[in-house]
Amino acid sequence: MVKPRLLPVPQTEKLRLPSEDQYLNCIRCGLCLAVCPTYREFLSETSSPRGRVALARKGLEGELRLSPNLAEQMYACFECLACNDICPVGIRPADLALEMRDLQEQLHSAKWKKTLFGGLISRPGRMEAVTWPLRVYEKLGIRRLVYMLGLRKLLPGKLCDLESMLPHLPQRPLRQVLPEVTEAFGDARYRVGFFLGCAQSLMFAEESAASVRVLAHNGCTVVTPKETVCCGMPALGFGLPGLVQEQARVNIELFEKANVETIVTDCATCGSMLKGYGQLLAIDPIWAKRAAAFSSRVRDVSEFLMSIPLEKPQGRVEARVTYHDPCHLRRAQGVWKQPREILKMIDGLEFVELPEADWCCGSAGSQFITHYDTSLKVLKRKADNIASTQAGYIASGCPGCQMQLNVGVRRQGLDVQVVHPIALLDQAYNGMKEN
Amino acid sequence: MDKSIIAQLEKITGKDGVLSTPEDLAVYGYDGTFEYHRPDVVVLPRTTKQVSQVVALAAREHIPLVTRGMGSGLAAASVPFQGGIVLTMTRMNRILEIDQTNAIVHVEAGLVTADMQTAVEKLGLFYPPDPSSIRHSTIGGNIACNAGGPRCLKYGVTGDYVLGLTVVLADGRVLHTGGKLIKDVVGYDLTALFTGSEGTLGVITEALLRLIARPIFARTALVEFTALEDASRTVNAILSAGIVPVALELMDETAIACIEEALHLGLPLDVEAILLVETDGADEASVLREIEAVAKICQESGARQVKVAKDEAERANLWQARRSVSPALARKAPNKLGEDITVPRSAIPEAVRRLKAISAKYGLPIVIFGHAGDGNLHPNLLFDKRDPEQWAKVEQMAAEEFALALELGGTLSGEHGVGALKRPYMEQALGPVSLEVQKRIKAALDPVNILNPGKVFPE
Repeated sequence: MVKPRLLPVPQTEKLRLPSEDQYLNCIRCGLCLAVCPTYREFLSETSSPRGRVALARKGLEGELRLSPNLAEQMYACFECLACNDICPVGIRPADLALEMRDLQEQLHSAKWKKTLFGGLISRPGRMEAVTWPLRVYEKLGIRRLVYMLGLRKLLPGKLCDLESMLPHLPQRPLRQVLPEVTEAFGDARYRVGFFLGCAQSLMFAEESAASVRVLAHNGCTVVTPKETVCCGMPALGFGLPGLVQEQARVNIELFEKANVETIVTDCATCGSMLKGYGQLLAIDPIWAKRAAAFSSRVRDVSEFLMSIPLEKPQGRVEARVTYHDPCHLRRAQGVWKQPREILKMIDGLEFVELPEADWCCGSAGSQFITHYDTSLKVLKRKADNIASTQAGYIASGCPGCQMQLNVGVRRQGLDVQVVHPIALLDQAYNGMKEN
Repeated sequence: MDKSIIAQLEKITGKDGVLSTPEDLAVYGYDGTFEYHRPDVVVLPRTTKQVSQVVALAAREHIPLVTRGMGSGLAAASVPFQGGIVLTMTRMNRILEIDQTNAIVHVEAGLVTADMQTAVEKLGLFYPPDPSSIRHSTIGGNIACNAGGPRCLKYGVTGDYVLGLTVVLADGRVLHTGGKLIKDVVGYDLTALFTGSEGTLGVITEALLRLIARPIFARTALVEFTALEDASRTVNAILSAGIVPVALELMDETAIACIEEALHLGLPLDVEAILLVETDGADEASVLREIEAVAKICQESGARQVKVAKDEAERANLWQARRSVSPALARKAPNKLGEDITVPRSAIPEAVRRLKAISAKYGLPIVIFGHAGDGNLHPNLLFDKRDPEQWAKVEQMAAEEFALALELGGTLSGEHGVGALKRPYMEQALGPVSLEVQKRIKAALDPVNILNPGKVFPE
């Protein structure tokens, strides 16, 4: 008997739909349940990759309405990509969740998203303006006062956690400080482009400055185009791949002009997005080739450094250090050995492996804001694992993870500093001693 | 589902323990097969007491109740064909006690089996049963299906490790069976009765499991055969020589090709079969002696090559390969039907021959792999359900597979269970007397037939 079917999507419109291979081939084996952070917290099928694949299928085939709750299940995915990796059939449930967000947006577009991601996040100047109060908060010493007097605890829970996310903020965004061209120290052996991510420039300016120093130290002339826009990952997460394509074209063009062999970034998220431009624009007749060429030249900073003869640092960093794998680095880019190797190169540094190092920290970009409770649960486990290593530093090359880990260590009262692995290498080059 | 029933359920488990949106119901209608039926409500209890109250309510209102773990079953045993309540045990996942002196672990039914294994192995203890779904199945589900796995050849199946159970009966009363006892002959063995009962006699909520000392050394060999026939004969040659490997696994050429495509482990693609043999124990020298003896026997019975894994990483790769076979087959065809017929081990070569003959007769591939050492084979039929011609053949082919197993003195299922899929063959397998006795047990324990109705017994 043929089941009566709802018409899932208006048939007249031309819509971007997920490929059938993404859901028809699911054999419901359940392997993905074992690796999914949201399944582990809720222990319910609805929160699992297999459940999301089934929901997508039923929504697309018309057995279920594409309801707000169905869309919410797609937004509940943390996009850590662990299910993509483990699926024996080759389905990519995390990608399917993004494609379903895209479909939802095509059917019911939300205006605030275009304003937020198109009007604000993709314009570095505006982002710098709206985050100015945060820098004042740090610069005038108000923040120190708040901590000293214990005022932070008076903030309502979520606001207190948001405050905890902030690293030590720079006086000025790095974009305004960093020269367009940083000359190599000594012989110039490579000419590399540096993609300065928004969060790195605004929040982690000192770390990216360190990345540029480390590159220059190793014979790189570093070109940093200042007009780059957001890599596009936030917009992709909210179902706006069209906007990401526009952003991609801007960034590709800028780096073509910069005439560089390699494009390096020290943000795991930016790196994974930039490497995805080729695929994103694959069906664009004008841009496909240029995008593919661009993506093939993108490297994470640790990946690039380990591919050249990297100078062994003379200085020491006396510290016990552990490392958290950003999903956007380990899974999206397959980079996980390199940051560990870099840390192990540093004399004095005692490297200790983090249990479940490759499990999501719960940041997932904006999940801390949109799915606060789940995000905190996932984070709790990460913080417990960090505590078990008794390390003084947790290294991780992703601003999203770093902010999340800041919340984790402050909530749990751990005496642990969150740091970019390359910043530790920079310290070792500078011979700075750490206690 | 009636709103007042949902309200009563919410009162028992709290609001977050009851799921009833269309999206929730849509994802609790399947297991690891291609079967599907939507439940009316999903309940996720946290205690035995809550389970007892839910079952009592179902009994009062005559609502069908299907117990579910992580939904990895391969016989559609947890698909709620009559709707009703799906009772999902995944949130009852605590380890209640690890008793090191008695080597017993006390767990809740919803605990993931691999999580329990990791916990006891930290203390030098060992829980041997290892179904391939070990990371995505629960111990309660393993017990309800009496799950097996590769290591059962040497160590036995799940049921051999269950010493006691806490079971909620069909009227909501709580039954405790067995205890922390190795020997116990007082009364009927109710522990064994509920083990493998597929949720038709009661709801298992807790278990006492026997543990053994963890074997410290293991050696794994990959043996290549240019003829499938030689591989299946070698199984008996090894076992007749008085060696009991932990596992003796067979994979045919299609199975090997699928794994390679999925995992790129460098398995040979120009052979007809491989055997995976592992020996283990507390004494390194004897483990080595055994694997060398195995290698010698294999070479004498026509193996092209015997490779012993050099280190733990190589060994882990080989086992990952074996565990991935079943899901990796999905790359070859949209649908598969994986059976787990069991024959006396002396009949393995004949069973393999006849399975290949069935495949040739109907023109649809049957991939063969499985636990050859204990006679438990996994013939997997590959097909496309959307093609009615293929779908019609599948049923006939499955019937012939079961018939051959019975003819050779075997049975329908070694570890997956009967569920819904093998019901039509039950009478053939058991005969009228056994079936009638079993139906009377079911009627005695579940007189109104609310527990997993329509499973195990033919219509």
